[in-house]
Amino acid sequence: MNLYTYASPANFYVLAGKLVPWFAWGTGIFTVWGLYIAFFLAPTDFQQSEAYRIIFIHVPAAWMSMFIYLVMAFWGAIGLAFNTRLSFMMARALAPTGAIFTFIALWTGAWWGKPMWGAWWVWDARLTSELILLFLYVGIIALWAAIDDIKRGDRAGSLLTLIGAINVPIIYFSVKWWNTLHQGASVSLTKAPSMAATMLQGMLVLAIAAWLYTITVALIRVRRIILERERQTEWVKALLEKET
Amino acid sequence: MKSRHKKLLVIVLALAGIGIAAALILNAFQSNLVFFFSPTQVANGEAPTDRAFRIGGLVEEGSVKRDPDGLTVRFVVTDTAKSMNVVYKGILPDLFKEGKGVVAEGKQGVDGVFVSTQVLAKHDENYMPPEAAHALEQAQKAQETLAK
Repeated sequence: MNLYTYASPANFYVLAGKLVPWFAWGTGIFTVWGLYIAFFLAPTDFQQSEAYRIIFIHVPAAWMSMFIYLVMAFWGAIGLAFNTRLSFMMARALAPTGAIFTFIALWTGAWWGKPMWGAWWVWDARLTSELILLFLYVGIIALWAAIDDIKRGDRAGSLLTLIGAINVPIIYFSVKWWNTLHQGASVSLTKAPSMAATMLQGMLVLAIAAWLYTITVALIRVRRIILERERQTEWVKALLEKET
Repeated sequence: MKSRHKKLLVIVLALAGIGIAAALILNAFQSNLVFFFSPTQVANGEAPTDRAFRIGGLVEEGSVKRDPDGLTVRFVVTDTAKSMNVVYKGILPDLFKEGKGVVAEGKQGVDGVFVSTQVLAKHDENYMPPEAAHALEQAQKAQETLAK
């Protein structure tokens, strides 16, 4: 099998269509399983009692907000370097989901901050850099929408994505580099997680659910983008005739 | 060199340039991005004297005292090396406890007492059930008695 076959929008359209139901089912199963652990199995926390449970939504959303941005930057770089059409479409398909996860991370963080810290919002390095991430997402989406010429729009948006990528390590390491009100990382690659096993399990299952959800909606969205951009081609016309 | 390789090189170089620029800016802003100062930093004169700033550290064990009016709280913030007296009038967050992290915003008064206008609780990254926390505490105490 030649992998490059799927770099062609026409072939990828079919492949994505086949994959969507699998990822959608996966999303459903992992979400229900994760929420069950989060609400029924995970123990109460010793200092934050029940309010800590926001972590189960907050952390997966914050992880995804950063990760989706890096994936977008990756597709943007590939597109700029090799002029592959599908990479730009993937970047565009991911942006709204990234923006939503950023918003969820900020919103649930505010809900958590009020009872725990005593403030909805503080201008510490972690919170501020995550807010900048939201502005970047919105800015990129707006830039794409503002440029009518698809090719020029793709390039401009991807360039902005790449420049903004410098913000992602800043968000991640902000709690290490500076004194912040936000606590340090409970889970990282360099040390053992500082969480009880069941709590960690619930968080990871929901993180996988967030991954599967992202893949599902990105594939659905990229299929729409492919159809829109290739509407003048023979294969789309043939497809439409077959379906009507 | 193929044109697309050239393009890739240009992109990589541009990214490296942006990275260096960002590193320089971050370095320049380092001092302004500090959310709070520790009592040691304040003692060394690193905190501003003319405007409000935040101090952070642990609430010293046994230092929390309430004035008869029921609203004014006095406590000591320590980073185990240096400590500062703080006075605050208002409602404290739920997680405010002796021996736990705290961030207080305010100004240094003439008598050396830090007059706070806002007190925030800073919790750590550890999450565990109360029984586990209790067990840890017992183990620590046992070790301390052994050490003595």
